[in-house]
Amino acid sequence: MKLTYSIPSMDFSAAGKASTDVKKTLARLGLDRDLVKRIAVAMYEGEMNIAIHGGGGTAEIEFSPDRIDILLADRGPGIADIALAMTEGFSTASEEVRSMGFGAGMGLPNMKRNADEMTVESRVGEGTSVRMRFLFGAARCA
Amino acid sequence: MKVREIVGLLDARVFTGADQLDLEVQSACGADLMSDVMAFVKERVVLLTGLMNPQALRTADLLDIKVVVFVRGKKPTPDLVAMAEESGMILLTTKYSMFLACGRLYEAGLRGGGVREIS
Repeated sequence: MKLTYSIPSMDFSAAGKASTDVKKTLARLGLDRDLVKRIAVAMYEGEMNIAIHGGGGTAEIEFSPDRIDILLADRGPGIADIALAMTEGFSTASEEVRSMGFGAGMGLPNMKRNADEMTVESRVGEGTSVRMRFLFGAARCA
Repeated sequence: MKVREIVGLLDARVFTGADQLDLEVQSACGADLMSDVMAFVKERVVLLTGLMNPQALRTADLLDIKVVVFVRGKKPTPDLVAMAEESGMILLTTKYSMFLACGRLYEAGLRGGGVREIS
C-alpha cells in the first residue's frame, strides 16, 4: 500500500493534515502506539519543513510487512550545509514562521531521533529529499 | 492530577471536553514552539501554550496530548473549538500568564516534565 500527498507552500491551515491522516491510517492498522507517534511526529516535522522552507512538495508513505518508508521531497532552495541543518537549535525560519510556532531548529533532529533510519539529500537550487524508515518491532530507546 | 483540579487552580474556562475532567495527567509542558513540544513531551501531558492556531492543536493531536490550555486569557476561535472537539481534546483557557499558570500547577504538585542535559 502506498499513500501520496501533495503539500502546499506556506499554507498553515492545511500543513499537518497529511500527517494527521497518516496517523489515523496507522492507528487503524493496529500498529504499536509509540511507533505510530514516532512516525506521526517525524512526518509532521517534515511536512512543516516542506511547507515552510521547501516551497511545497510531496510525501509518499509506503507500507511493507516489516516497515514503513517515507519519502519527503521538495523543489525548494536546497540545504547548503546538511550537518549544520541537523544541529539542534539551528534555524533559517523567518519571524513570521516563528510566530506560527515553528522555526525552533528542532525539525530535522526530531525527525532523525524518531526514525530508525534517515537520509537527507539536497542540491542547492534544486531541492531536498528526506527518506525515513521505521521498522516494526525494532529494539530502540527513544 | 485530575484535569478538574487544573481547571480550579487556573480558574480556567472549559471550551471542550467538559465530560472528561476526571482524566489524570502526570506532567505539563509550557511552550510556544511546537518542535520543542515534539522533542520533549512524553505521556499524559497537559500542554500550556500562548500559540493559538491550528498547529498547536494539530501538534497536540499527533502527540496524543488530550489537554491544551491557552494562557494569557486567549479565547479560542470557533474553528479551533471545533477542531478540539473533533479530536476529543479538553480545551481550556486561563487568565494567567504562562509563568503564573505553570507556577500554580507546579506548586500544586504537578512536577513531571521533560529534562534534557545541556549538550
